[in-house]
Amino acid sequence: MRKLINAPAGVVADALRGLAAAHPELRVDPGLGTVVRADAPVTGKVALVSGGGSGHEPLHGGFVGPGMLDAACAGEVFTSPVPDAVIAATAAVSSGAGVIHLVKNYTGDVLNFRMAAELAEDEDIEVESVLIDDDVAVEDSLHTAGRRGTGAALFAEKIAGALAEEGAGLGSVAAVAREVVTRSRSFGVALSPCTVPEAGTPTFELGEGEMELGVGIHGEPGRRRVKAGTATEIVDAALTAIDADMPLDGADLLVLVNGMGGTPLIEQYVAYAAVADWLAGHGATVARPLIGPYVTSLEMAGVMISVCRLTPDLTRLWDAPVQTPGLRWGR
Amino acid sequence: MSAAAWIIRAAALVASEADRLTRLDAAIGDGDHGHNLDRGFTAAAAAIDGAAVDREAPPGRILIAAGRAIVSRTGGASGPLYGTALRRAGKALGDAPVVSAAGLGDALRAALDGVTELGGASEGDKTMVDALAPAVAACENALAEGGDLETCARAAAEAAAAGADATVPLQARKGRASYLGERSIGHIDPGAVSTALILRALAETAS
Repeated sequence: MRKLINAPAGVVADALRGLAAAHPELRVDPGLGTVVRADAPVTGKVALVSGGGSGHEPLHGGFVGPGMLDAACAGEVFTSPVPDAVIAATAAVSSGAGVIHLVKNYTGDVLNFRMAAELAEDEDIEVESVLIDDDVAVEDSLHTAGRRGTGAALFAEKIAGALAEEGAGLGSVAAVAREVVTRSRSFGVALSPCTVPEAGTPTFELGEGEMELGVGIHGEPGRRRVKAGTATEIVDAALTAIDADMPLDGADLLVLVNGMGGTPLIEQYVAYAAVADWLAGHGATVARPLIGPYVTSLEMAGVMISVCRLTPDLTRLWDAPVQTPGLRWGR
Repeated sequence: MSAAAWIIRAAALVASEADRLTRLDAAIGDGDHGHNLDRGFTAAAAAIDGAAVDREAPPGRILIAAGRAIVSRTGGASGPLYGTALRRAGKALGDAPVVSAAGLGDALRAALDGVTELGGASEGDKTMVDALAPAVAACENALAEGGDLETCARAAAEAAAAGADATVPLQARKGRASYLGERSIGHIDPGAVSTALILRALAETAS
Protein backbone atom coordinates (compact mmCIF):
# COMPACT_ATOMS: atom_id res chain seq x y z
CA MET A 1 0.00 0.00 0.00
CA ARG A 2 1.55 3.29 -1.09
CA LYS A 3 -0.61 6.22 -0.01
CA LEU A 4 -0.06 9.92 0.65
CA ILE A 5 -1.02 9.69 4.31
CA ASN A 6 0.55 10.12 7.74
CA ALA A 7 -1.12 7.22 9.55
CA PRO A 8 -3.97 4.97 8.38
CA ALA A 9 -6.11 5.74 11.43
CA GLY A 10 -5.70 9.51 11.02
CA VAL A 11 -6.60 9.92 7.35
CA VAL A 12 -10.09 11.35 7.82
CA ALA A 13 -9.12 13.86 10.53
CA ASP A 14 -6.02 14.96 8.61
CA ALA A 15 -8.06 15.51 5.44
CA LEU A 16 -10.66 17.49 7.38
CA ARG A 17 -7.90 19.67 8.85
CA GLY A 18 -6.83 20.38 5.27
CA LEU A 19 -10.41 21.24 4.29
CA ALA A 20 -10.65 23.60 7.28
CA ALA A 21 -7.35 25.30 6.44
CA ALA A 22 -8.42 25.84 2.82
CA HIS A 23 -11.97 26.94 3.57
CA PRO A 24 -12.44 29.43 6.43
CA GLU A 25 -16.08 29.75 5.30
CA LEU A 26 -16.61 26.25 6.78
CA ARG A 27 -16.64 25.26 10.46
CA VAL A 28 -14.87 21.91 10.63
CA ASP A 29 -14.49 19.58 13.61
CA PRO A 30 -11.87 17.06 12.47
CA GLY A 31 -12.27 14.90 15.58
CA LEU A 32 -16.04 14.52 15.37
CA GLY A 33 -16.06 14.58 11.56
CA THR A 34 -18.47 17.46 10.99
CA VAL A 35 -18.33 20.17 8.32
CA VAL A 36 -20.77 23.06 8.83
CA ARG A 37 -21.45 26.33 7.01
CA ALA A 38 -19.78 29.00 9.14
CA ASP A 39 -22.92 31.17 8.90
CA ALA A 40 -25.19 28.36 10.17
CA PRO A 41 -27.87 28.33 11.35
CA VAL A 42 -29.27 30.53 8.58
CA THR A 43 -32.32 32.28 10.01
CA GLY A 44 -35.61 30.85 8.77
CA LYS A 45 -33.97 28.41 6.35
CA VAL A 46 -34.62 24.69 6.14
CA ALA A 47 -31.25 23.04 6.72
CA LEU A 48 -29.82 20.12 4.76
CA VAL A 49 -27.51 17.59 6.40
CA SER A 50 -25.92 14.66 4.64
CA GLY A 51 -23.01 12.42 5.37
CA GLY A 52 -21.59 8.99 5.02
CA GLY A 53 -18.34 7.18 4.98
CA SER A 54 -15.26 9.10 3.88
CA GLY A 55 -13.36 8.22 0.73
CA HIS A 56 -15.97 9.68 -1.67
CA GLU A 57 -14.60 13.23 -1.72
CA PRO A 58 -15.72 15.83 -2.63
CA LEU A 59 -19.01 14.15 -1.50
CA HIS A 60 -20.24 15.22 1.12
CA GLY A 61 -18.02 17.76 2.94
CA GLY A 62 -17.05 19.43 -0.32
CA PHE A 63 -20.71 20.20 -1.00
CA VAL A 64 -21.29 22.30 2.12
CA GLY A 65 -22.03 25.95 1.45
CA PRO A 66 -24.68 28.37 0.16
CA GLY A 67 -27.00 26.68 -2.32
CA MET A 68 -26.24 23.13 -1.23
CA LEU A 69 -25.67 21.43 2.16
CA ASP A 70 -25.66 23.20 5.52
CA ALA A 71 -23.60 20.42 7.09
CA ALA A 72 -21.98 17.10 6.31
CA CYS A 73 -20.82 14.30 8.58
CA ALA A 74 -17.72 12.36 7.61
CA GLY A 75 -17.42 8.85 8.96
CA GLU A 76 -14.29 6.76 8.84
CA VAL A 77 -13.32 5.58 5.34
CA PHE A 78 -16.33 3.74 3.85
CA THR A 79 -17.95 3.65 7.31
CA SER A 80 -21.10 5.57 8.11
CA PRO A 81 -20.78 8.43 10.61
CA VAL A 82 -21.73 7.85 14.24
CA PRO A 83 -25.02 9.29 15.58
CA ASP A 84 -23.09 11.76 17.79
CA ALA A 85 -21.70 13.49 14.70
CA VAL A 86 -25.09 13.58 12.96
CA ILE A 87 -26.77 15.02 16.08
CA ALA A 88 -24.06 17.68 16.46
CA ALA A 89 -24.35 18.68 12.79
CA THR A 90 -28.15 18.72 12.97
CA ALA A 91 -28.15 20.93 16.07
CA ALA A 92 -25.54 23.27 14.58
CA VAL A 93 -27.64 24.04 11.47
CA SER A 94 -31.12 23.99 12.97
CA SER A 95 -32.79 27.41 12.67
CA GLY A 96 -36.17 26.10 13.78
CA ALA A 97 -37.45 25.68 10.21
CA GLY A 98 -36.61 21.98 10.19
CA VAL A 99 -33.71 19.82 9.09
CA ILE A 100 -33.54 17.35 6.21
CA HIS A 101 -31.29 14.31 6.44
CA LEU A 102 -30.23 13.17 2.98
CA VAL A 103 -29.24 9.55 3.55
CA LYS A 104 -27.69 7.20 1.02
CA ASN A 105 -29.26 3.75 1.23
CA TYR A 106 -26.64 1.70 3.05
CA THR A 107 -27.56 -0.25 6.16
CA GLY A 108 -25.01 1.60 8.31
CA ASP A 109 -25.97 5.08 7.11
CA VAL A 110 -29.68 4.35 7.52
CA LEU A 111 -29.27 3.01 11.08
CA ASN A 112 -26.95 5.78 12.31
CA PHE A 113 -29.06 8.58 10.80
CA ARG A 114 -32.23 6.99 12.20
CA MET A 115 -30.76 6.91 15.71
CA ALA A 116 -29.62 10.52 15.32
CA ALA A 117 -33.02 11.69 14.01
CA GLU A 118 -34.78 10.14 17.00
CA LEU A 119 -32.42 11.85 19.44
CA ALA A 120 -32.70 15.19 17.58
CA GLU A 121 -36.48 15.01 17.80
CA ASP A 122 -36.11 14.57 21.57
CA GLU A 123 -34.57 18.06 21.44
CA ASP A 124 -37.55 19.41 19.43
CA ILE A 125 -35.70 19.60 16.12
CA GLU A 126 -38.02 18.52 13.31
CA VAL A 127 -36.17 16.10 11.03
CA GLU A 128 -37.32 14.73 7.65
CA SER A 129 -35.24 11.90 6.22
CA VAL A 130 -34.90 11.40 2.47
CA LEU A 131 -33.45 8.11 1.28
CA ILE A 132 -31.24 8.14 -1.80
CA ASP A 133 -31.33 4.86 -3.75
CA ASP A 134 -30.50 5.33 -7.40
CA ASP A 135 -28.12 2.48 -8.26
CA VAL A 136 -29.82 0.18 -10.79
CA ALA A 137 -27.08 -2.45 -10.44
CA VAL A 138 -28.71 -3.74 -7.27
CA GLU A 139 -31.91 -5.57 -7.86
CA ASP A 140 -34.43 -3.87 -5.60
CA SER A 141 -36.18 -6.77 -3.98
CA LEU A 142 -36.88 -8.39 -0.65
CA HIS A 143 -33.66 -10.31 -1.14
CA THR A 144 -31.28 -7.36 -0.91
CA ALA A 145 -30.74 -4.30 1.27
CA GLY A 146 -32.23 -2.35 -1.64
CA ARG A 147 -30.63 -0.03 -4.15
CA ARG A 148 -27.54 1.86 -3.09
CA GLY A 149 -27.28 5.63 -3.03
CA THR A 150 -24.64 7.00 -5.39
CA GLY A 151 -24.62 9.88 -7.91
CA ALA A 152 -28.17 11.01 -7.14
CA ALA A 153 -26.83 12.24 -3.79
CA LEU A 154 -25.10 15.09 -5.62
CA PHE A 155 -28.24 15.86 -7.65
CA ALA A 156 -30.50 15.86 -4.59
CA GLU A 157 -28.10 17.93 -2.49
CA LYS A 158 -27.74 20.57 -5.22
CA ILE A 159 -31.39 20.83 -6.24
CA ALA A 160 -32.93 20.61 -2.75
CA GLY A 161 -30.21 22.95 -1.49
CA ALA A 162 -31.24 25.54 -4.08
CA LEU A 163 -34.90 25.30 -3.09
CA ALA A 164 -34.03 25.64 0.60
CA GLU A 165 -31.92 28.70 -0.21
CA GLU A 166 -35.02 30.26 -1.86
CA GLY A 167 -36.85 29.94 1.47
CA ALA A 168 -39.15 26.98 0.75
CA GLY A 169 -40.59 25.03 3.68
CA LEU A 170 -39.53 21.67 5.07
CA GLY A 171 -42.20 19.66 3.22
CA SER A 172 -41.43 21.26 -0.16
CA VAL A 173 -37.68 20.82 0.14
CA ALA A 174 -38.06 17.17 1.19
CA ALA A 175 -40.51 16.62 -1.68
CA VAL A 176 -38.14 18.02 -4.31
CA ALA A 177 -35.29 15.88 -2.93
CA ARG A 178 -37.52 12.78 -3.22
CA GLU A 179 -38.58 13.84 -6.72
CA VAL A 180 -34.92 14.05 -7.78
CA VAL A 181 -34.23 10.57 -6.37
CA THR A 182 -37.29 9.14 -8.11
CA ARG A 183 -36.17 10.61 -11.43
CA SER A 184 -32.50 9.56 -11.12
CA ARG A 185 -30.62 6.36 -11.93
CA SER A 186 -26.93 5.38 -11.77
CA PHE A 187 -24.67 2.56 -12.88
CA GLY A 188 -20.96 2.16 -12.14
CA VAL A 189 -18.14 0.17 -13.67
CA ALA A 190 -14.84 -0.58 -11.91
CA LEU A 191 -11.58 -1.15 -13.77
CA SER A 192 -9.46 -1.52 -10.64
CA PRO A 193 -10.16 -1.99 -6.92
CA CYS A 194 -9.32 0.42 -4.11
CA THR A 195 -7.58 0.00 -0.76
CA VAL A 196 -9.08 1.22 2.54
CA PRO A 197 -6.08 2.67 4.45
CA GLU A 198 -6.86 0.81 7.68
CA ALA A 199 -7.31 -2.48 5.83
CA GLY A 200 -4.13 -2.11 3.79
CA THR A 201 -5.17 -4.52 1.04
CA PRO A 202 -7.53 -4.03 -1.92
CA THR A 203 -11.24 -4.56 -1.28
CA PHE A 204 -11.44 -6.98 -4.20
CA GLU A 205 -9.24 -8.48 -6.88
CA LEU A 206 -9.72 -7.88 -10.58
CA GLY A 207 -7.73 -9.99 -13.01
CA GLU A 208 -5.87 -8.42 -15.91
CA GLY A 209 -8.43 -7.68 -18.60
CA GLU A 210 -11.43 -7.92 -16.24
CA MET A 211 -13.92 -5.33 -15.07
CA GLU A 212 -16.74 -5.31 -12.54
CA LEU A 213 -20.09 -4.19 -13.94
CA GLY A 214 -22.45 -2.45 -11.52
CA VAL A 215 -19.84 -1.76 -8.88
CA GLY A 216 -20.78 0.20 -5.77
CA ILE A 217 -18.96 3.24 -4.47
CA HIS A 218 -17.19 1.24 -1.74
CA GLY A 219 -15.55 -1.22 -4.05
CA GLU A 220 -18.32 -3.66 -3.20
CA PRO A 221 -19.11 -5.90 -6.12
CA GLY A 222 -21.91 -5.38 -8.56
CA ARG A 223 -23.86 -7.43 -11.08
CA ARG A 224 -21.10 -9.46 -12.66
CA ARG A 225 -17.49 -9.61 -13.66
CA VAL A 226 -16.80 -9.51 -17.38
CA LYS A 227 -13.97 -9.09 -19.84
CA ALA A 228 -12.89 -5.44 -19.91
CA GLY A 229 -14.34 -3.57 -22.86
CA THR A 230 -13.80 -0.28 -24.69
CA ALA A 231 -15.18 2.98 -23.30
CA THR A 232 -18.01 2.76 -25.83
CA GLU A 233 -18.89 -0.77 -24.71
CA ILE A 234 -18.73 0.21 -21.02
CA VAL A 235 -20.97 3.23 -21.58
CA ASP A 236 -23.38 1.07 -23.58
CA ALA A 237 -23.59 -1.45 -20.74
CA ALA A 238 -24.24 1.29 -18.17
CA LEU A 239 -26.82 3.23 -20.18
CA THR A 240 -28.58 0.07 -21.37
CA ALA A 241 -29.00 -0.97 -17.74
CA ILE A 242 -30.33 2.47 -16.78
CA ASP A 243 -32.63 2.70 -19.82
CA ALA A 244 -34.11 -0.73 -19.04
CA ASP A 245 -35.05 0.53 -15.59
CA MET A 246 -36.12 4.08 -16.51
CA PRO A 247 -36.68 4.69 -20.21
CA LEU A 248 -34.65 7.66 -21.42
CA ASP A 249 -36.35 8.20 -24.78
CA GLY A 250 -37.60 11.79 -25.02
CA ALA A 251 -36.07 12.86 -21.72
CA ASP A 252 -34.25 16.08 -20.92
CA LEU A 253 -31.37 14.82 -18.84
CA LEU A 254 -28.95 15.99 -16.26
CA VAL A 255 -25.98 13.67 -16.87
CA LEU A 256 -23.06 13.02 -14.56
CA VAL A 257 -20.07 11.13 -15.91
CA ASN A 258 -18.31 10.56 -12.65
CA GLY A 259 -14.70 9.50 -12.30
CA MET A 260 -14.33 7.02 -9.44
CA GLY A 261 -11.02 8.49 -8.27
CA GLY A 262 -8.41 6.64 -10.30
CA THR A 263 -9.60 7.40 -13.81
CA PRO A 264 -8.09 10.53 -15.39
CA LEU A 265 -10.26 13.32 -16.75
CA ILE A 266 -9.20 12.58 -20.32
CA GLU A 267 -10.82 9.12 -20.01
CA GLN A 268 -13.92 10.63 -18.43
CA TYR A 269 -14.30 12.81 -21.52
CA VAL A 270 -13.76 9.75 -23.73
CA ALA A 271 -16.65 8.22 -21.81
CA TYR A 272 -18.75 11.38 -22.10
CA ALA A 273 -18.34 11.41 -25.89
CA ALA A 274 -19.77 7.89 -25.93
CA VAL A 275 -22.55 8.93 -23.55
CA ALA A 276 -23.53 11.87 -25.77
CA ASP A 277 -23.58 9.62 -28.85
CA TRP A 278 -25.58 6.90 -27.10
CA LEU A 279 -28.19 9.33 -25.76
CA ALA A 280 -28.55 11.13 -29.10
CA GLY A 281 -29.09 7.74 -30.72
CA HIS A 282 -31.81 6.86 -28.18
CA GLY A 283 -33.89 10.04 -28.41
CA ALA A 284 -32.66 11.69 -25.21
CA THR A 285 -31.35 15.24 -24.81
CA VAL A 286 -28.52 16.20 -22.50
CA ALA A 287 -29.79 19.42 -20.95
CA ARG A 288 -27.01 19.69 -18.35
CA PRO A 289 -23.77 17.64 -18.38
CA LEU A 290 -21.31 17.38 -15.50
CA ILE A 291 -18.01 15.56 -15.96
CA GLY A 292 -15.46 14.95 -13.23
CA PRO A 293 -14.64 13.11 -10.00
CA TYR A 294 -17.52 14.09 -7.70
CA VAL A 295 -18.53 10.83 -5.97
CA THR A 296 -15.29 8.90 -5.74
CA SER A 297 -14.16 5.58 -4.25
CA LEU A 298 -10.62 6.38 -3.12
CA GLU A 299 -8.27 5.44 -5.99
CA MET A 300 -10.63 3.07 -7.78
CA ALA A 301 -10.46 3.34 -11.56
CA GLY A 302 -13.74 3.38 -13.43
CA VAL A 303 -16.76 5.54 -14.08
CA MET A 304 -20.26 5.87 -12.80
CA ILE A 305 -22.94 7.32 -15.00
CA SER A 306 -25.85 9.06 -13.33
CA VAL A 307 -28.86 10.62 -15.02
CA CYS A 308 -31.81 12.65 -13.78
CA ARG A 309 -34.89 13.31 -15.90
CA LEU A 310 -35.23 17.06 -15.53
CA THR A 311 -38.33 19.23 -15.43
CA PRO A 312 -38.20 23.01 -16.01
CA ASP A 313 -38.31 23.54 -12.21
CA LEU A 314 -35.53 21.04 -11.55
CA THR A 315 -33.40 22.64 -14.30
CA ARG A 316 -33.88 26.09 -12.76
CA LEU A 317 -32.85 24.78 -9.33
CA TRP A 318 -29.82 22.98 -10.81
CA ASP A 319 -28.75 26.26 -12.46
CA ALA A 320 -29.16 28.31 -9.26
CA PRO A 321 -25.94 29.67 -7.70
CA VAL A 322 -23.88 27.34 -5.56
CA GLN A 323 -20.79 28.18 -3.52
CA THR A 324 -19.10 25.07 -2.14
CA PRO A 325 -15.55 23.70 -2.34
CA GLY A 326 -16.61 20.99 -4.78
CA LEU A 327 -19.33 22.67 -6.86
CA ARG A 328 -19.34 26.38 -7.57
CA TRP A 329 -21.18 28.51 -10.13
CA GLY A 330 -23.39 31.58 -10.54
CA ARG A 331 -23.61 34.74 -8.46
CA MET B 1 -20.96 -12.70 36.24
CA SER B 2 -19.04 -9.48 35.89
CA ALA B 3 -20.36 -7.41 33.01
CA ALA B 4 -17.17 -5.35 33.10
CA ALA B 5 -15.01 -8.47 32.74
CA TRP B 6 -17.16 -9.64 29.81
CA ILE B 7 -16.82 -6.37 27.87
CA ILE B 8 -13.08 -6.11 28.57
CA ARG B 9 -12.56 -9.72 27.45
CA ALA B 10 -14.72 -9.12 24.36
CA ALA B 11 -12.65 -6.05 23.50
CA ALA B 12 -9.44 -8.08 23.77
CA LEU B 13 -10.83 -10.87 21.54
CA VAL B 14 -12.13 -8.38 18.97
CA ALA B 15 -8.76 -6.61 18.92
CA SER B 16 -6.84 -9.84 18.37
CA GLU B 17 -9.26 -10.97 15.64
CA ALA B 18 -9.75 -7.55 13.99
CA ASP B 19 -7.60 -8.32 10.96
CA ARG B 20 -9.38 -11.62 10.35
CA LEU B 21 -12.84 -10.01 10.68
CA THR B 22 -11.82 -7.30 8.24
CA ARG B 23 -10.54 -9.91 5.77
CA LEU B 24 -13.83 -11.83 6.00
CA ASP B 25 -15.70 -8.57 5.41
CA ALA B 26 -13.55 -7.68 2.40
CA ALA B 27 -14.67 -10.95 0.79
CA ILE B 28 -18.39 -10.10 0.81
CA GLY B 29 -18.70 -6.55 2.17
CA ASP B 30 -16.49 -3.50 2.22
CA GLY B 31 -13.58 -4.59 4.39
CA ASP B 32 -13.93 -2.61 7.58
CA HIS B 33 -15.80 -4.78 10.09
CA GLY B 34 -12.87 -5.79 12.32
CA HIS B 35 -11.39 -2.32 12.63
CA ASN B 36 -14.75 -0.67 13.26
CA LEU B 37 -15.69 -3.14 15.96
CA ASP B 38 -12.22 -2.87 17.50
CA ARG B 39 -12.66 0.92 17.74
CA GLY B 40 -16.09 0.51 19.37
CA PHE B 41 -15.20 -2.20 21.88
CA THR B 42 -11.95 -0.46 22.77
CA ALA B 43 -14.02 2.63 23.58
CA ALA B 44 -16.45 0.53 25.63
CA ALA B 45 -13.63 -1.13 27.57
CA ALA B 46 -11.98 2.26 28.12
CA ALA B 47 -15.25 3.67 29.46
CA ILE B 48 -15.47 0.80 31.93
CA ASP B 49 -11.79 0.99 32.86
CA GLY B 50 -11.88 4.76 33.21
CA ALA B 51 -13.87 7.00 35.49
CA ALA B 52 -16.82 7.14 33.06
CA VAL B 53 -18.45 4.01 34.50
CA ASP B 54 -18.61 2.81 38.09
CA ARG B 55 -17.28 -0.74 37.92
CA GLU B 56 -19.27 -1.60 41.05
CA ALA B 57 -22.50 -0.52 39.32
CA PRO B 58 -25.12 -3.21 38.61
CA PRO B 59 -24.20 -5.32 35.51
CA GLY B 60 -27.17 -3.92 33.59
CA ARG B 61 -25.89 -0.37 34.01
CA ILE B 62 -22.44 -1.37 32.81
CA LEU B 63 -23.88 -2.97 29.66
CA ILE B 64 -25.95 0.14 28.93
CA ALA B 65 -22.83 2.32 29.24
CA ALA B 66 -20.84 -0.06 27.05
CA GLY B 67 -23.63 0.00 24.45
CA ARG B 68 -23.66 3.78 24.41
CA ALA B 69 -19.88 3.90 23.89
CA ILE B 70 -20.18 1.44 21.02
CA VAL B 71 -22.93 3.46 19.31
CA SER B 72 -20.83 6.61 19.74
CA ARG B 73 -17.57 5.26 18.40
CA THR B 74 -18.13 2.40 15.95
CA GLY B 75 -20.01 3.73 12.92
CA GLY B 76 -21.19 1.43 10.16
CA ALA B 77 -24.13 -0.86 10.72
CA SER B 78 -22.34 -2.73 13.49
CA GLY B 79 -22.26 0.32 15.81
CA PRO B 80 -26.03 0.75 16.14
CA LEU B 81 -26.62 -3.02 16.07
CA TYR B 82 -24.09 -4.06 18.74
CA GLY B 83 -24.75 -0.90 20.75
CA THR B 84 -28.48 -1.61 20.73
CA ALA B 85 -27.89 -5.27 21.62
CA LEU B 86 -25.87 -4.37 24.71
CA ARG B 87 -28.18 -1.54 25.78
CA ARG B 88 -31.25 -3.76 25.49
CA ALA B 89 -29.47 -6.55 27.38
CA GLY B 90 -28.54 -4.04 30.08
CA LYS B 91 -32.10 -2.74 30.32
CA ALA B 92 -33.41 -6.29 30.67
CA LEU B 93 -31.02 -6.88 33.58
CA GLY B 94 -32.18 -3.66 35.21
CA ASP B 95 -30.62 -2.89 38.58
CA ALA B 96 -30.21 -6.51 39.67
CA PRO B 97 -26.95 -6.67 41.62
CA VAL B 98 -25.97 -10.05 40.15
CA VAL B 99 -26.87 -11.86 36.93
CA SER B 100 -28.77 -15.13 37.31
CA ALA B 101 -29.01 -17.79 34.63
CA ALA B 102 -32.59 -16.69 33.98
CA GLY B 103 -31.44 -13.07 33.86
CA LEU B 104 -28.87 -13.94 31.21
CA GLY B 105 -31.56 -15.65 29.13
CA ASP B 106 -33.76 -12.56 29.34
CA ALA B 107 -30.85 -10.28 28.48
CA LEU B 108 -29.82 -12.26 25.40
CA ARG B 109 -33.44 -12.46 24.24
CA ALA B 110 -33.77 -8.68 24.62
CA ALA B 111 -30.52 -8.18 22.67
CA LEU B 112 -31.83 -10.34 19.83
CA ASP B 113 -35.15 -8.47 19.78
CA GLY B 114 -33.29 -5.14 19.61
CA VAL B 115 -31.12 -6.29 16.72
CA THR B 116 -34.00 -7.70 14.67
CA GLU B 117 -36.17 -4.62 15.26
CA LEU B 118 -33.43 -2.25 14.18
CA GLY B 119 -31.88 -4.22 11.33
CA GLY B 120 -34.93 -6.14 10.14
CA ALA B 121 -32.98 -9.34 9.55
CA SER B 122 -34.39 -12.82 10.11
CA GLU B 123 -32.59 -16.10 10.64
CA GLY B 124 -31.17 -17.31 7.34
CA ASP B 125 -30.41 -13.84 5.95
CA LYS B 126 -26.67 -14.40 6.57
CA THR B 127 -26.21 -11.81 9.32
CA MET B 128 -25.28 -11.64 13.02
CA VAL B 129 -28.81 -12.89 13.74
CA ASP B 130 -27.72 -16.33 12.49
CA ALA B 131 -25.33 -16.52 15.44
CA LEU B 132 -27.40 -14.64 18.02
CA ALA B 133 -30.75 -16.39 17.50
CA PRO B 134 -29.42 -19.95 18.03
CA ALA B 135 -27.42 -18.64 21.00
CA VAL B 136 -30.60 -17.34 22.63
CA ALA B 137 -32.41 -20.61 21.94
CA ALA B 138 -29.53 -22.69 23.33
CA CYS B 139 -29.31 -20.52 26.43
CA GLU B 140 -33.06 -20.90 27.04
CA ASN B 141 -32.85 -24.68 26.51
CA ALA B 142 -29.98 -24.97 28.97
CA LEU B 143 -31.97 -22.89 31.43
CA ALA B 144 -35.05 -25.11 31.03
CA GLU B 145 -32.86 -28.11 31.82
CA GLY B 146 -31.80 -26.44 35.04
CA GLY B 147 -28.42 -25.20 33.84
CA ASP B 148 -26.51 -22.65 35.90
CA LEU B 149 -25.16 -19.36 34.59
CA GLU B 150 -21.90 -20.87 33.35
CA THR B 151 -23.69 -23.73 31.56
CA CYS B 152 -26.16 -21.36 29.90
CA ALA B 153 -23.40 -18.98 28.77
CA ARG B 154 -21.36 -21.86 27.35
CA ALA B 155 -24.40 -23.22 25.50
CA ALA B 156 -25.00 -19.77 24.00
CA ALA B 157 -21.37 -19.42 22.89
CA GLU B 158 -21.26 -22.88 21.32
CA ALA B 159 -24.53 -22.34 19.46
CA ALA B 160 -23.34 -18.95 18.21
CA ALA B 161 -20.12 -20.46 16.84
CA ALA B 162 -22.07 -23.23 15.11
CA GLY B 163 -24.55 -20.66 13.79
CA ALA B 164 -21.73 -18.56 12.36
CA ASP B 165 -20.21 -21.59 10.62
CA ALA B 166 -23.64 -22.41 9.18
CA THR B 167 -23.77 -19.04 7.36
CA VAL B 168 -21.23 -20.26 4.78
CA PRO B 169 -23.73 -21.84 2.34
CA LEU B 170 -26.31 -19.06 2.78
CA GLN B 171 -27.06 -16.29 0.27
CA ALA B 172 -27.04 -12.86 1.95
CA ARG B 173 -30.35 -10.99 2.00
CA LYS B 174 -29.41 -8.05 4.27
CA GLY B 175 -26.51 -5.65 4.51
CA ARG B 176 -23.80 -5.05 1.97
CA ALA B 177 -23.20 -8.71 1.22
CA SER B 178 -26.72 -8.87 -0.26
CA TYR B 179 -25.48 -6.87 -3.28
CA LEU B 180 -23.44 -9.93 -4.23
CA GLY B 181 -26.46 -12.16 -4.65
CA GLU B 182 -25.37 -15.74 -5.27
CA ARG B 183 -21.72 -14.75 -5.05
CA SER B 184 -22.13 -14.36 -1.28
CA ILE B 185 -22.56 -18.14 -1.03
CA GLY B 186 -19.45 -19.94 0.22
CA HIS B 187 -18.29 -17.17 2.56
CA ILE B 188 -18.84 -16.99 6.31
CA ASP B 189 -20.71 -13.90 7.53
CA PRO B 190 -18.32 -11.58 9.41
CA GLY B 191 -21.10 -10.22 11.66
CA ALA B 192 -22.04 -13.74 12.74
CA VAL B 193 -18.36 -14.45 13.43
CA SER B 194 -17.99 -11.34 15.61
CA THR B 195 -21.20 -12.20 17.48
CA ALA B 196 -19.81 -15.67 18.21
CA LEU B 197 -16.58 -14.05 19.40
CA ILE B 198 -18.38 -11.74 21.82
CA LEU B 199 -20.45 -14.63 23.20
CA ARG B 200 -17.23 -16.64 23.59
CA ALA B 201 -15.98 -13.80 25.79
CA LEU B 202 -19.23 -14.11 27.77
CA ALA B 203 -18.71 -17.84 28.33
CA GLU B 204 -15.10 -17.28 29.36
CA THR B 205 -16.07 -14.70 31.97
CA ALA B 206 -19.36 -16.20 33.23
CA SER B 207 -18.61 -17.95 36.48
